[in-house]
Amino acid sequence: MLAESLALSAALFAIGVVGVLTRRNAIIVFMCVELMLNAVNLSFVALSKLYGATGQVFVIFVMTVAAAEAAVGLAIIIAIFRHKQTVNLQNINLLRG
Amino acid sequence: MGNEFLPLFYTFNFYLFGLVALACALMFVTRKSPVAAAMWLVGAMFSLAALYVMLDAQFVGAMQVLVYTGAIMVVFLFVVMLLNLGNPGELSDIRGKWGRLVAGFVGLALVAELMALAKSPLDLRLVVPAVTAPPQTGGVIAPIAGPLFKEYLLAFELTSILLLVAIMGAVVLAKKKDAR
Repeated sequence: MLAESLALSAALFAIGVVGVLTRRNAIIVFMCVELMLNAVNLSFVALSKLYGATGQVFVIFVMTVAAAEAAVGLAIIIAIFRHKQTVNLQNINLLRG
Repeated sequence: MGNEFLPLFYTFNFYLFGLVALACALMFVTRKSPVAAAMWLVGAMFSLAALYVMLDAQFVGAMQVLVYTGAIMVVFLFVVMLLNLGNPGELSDIRGKWGRLVAGFVGLALVAELMALAKSPLDLRLVVPAVTAPPQTGGVIAPIAGPLFKEYLLAFELTSILLLVAIMGAVVLAKKKDAR
């Protein structure tokens, strides 16, 4: 089942990348990043079956960082929405020259 | 749990949940409405939790359900509700033809690169070794708790600081400026 898990993980990661590149809604882009983190978690868990439980420890760390990232990122999105009344990434162009 | 009992049942369920996860992820990136996308992502995360349990990582599976689908996705839906973005009609946020073309090319290239690496005749070939799981002793959680509180104790303590900083940062960022 290891090869299948790794293939599924690669496919899910690619889907997440495609989502990040195609979507303009900042919240959906964030959810795509979560999907990519999940894909990496799947390969950690699959390989932990082979190399011992340390991989699962890293999954716990990834989940913690994902939770922190979601909280801060969504707070930033709320702040941007207050400022510009949109979450469309095309309209957030303050740094464009 | 594992391959040795009911191998056909195990394999069938493994492929079933894998395909469900893949289908949910595909539906997730193609939905217009953020709420529908979040619901499909929850489906994908639940199937991943099932896969974790089948891969002998029951604790991680439970954490997946509790933390990802129970907490993180709820925060996402809460923000969608707070900003009143649930209406899909006004936002067609998928990029145009060229953006989609480039994104599809990058996605295919990512998968193809991995497949090429697995099939390559070179020495650096990506080999998937046959699973010879070391016998797990001491239940489900003890093998995780050992390294977590011994080798990775410093990292574990640092994540608590990270969470504290994230909480304060989120509160400060999301607070209204004039509310004192």
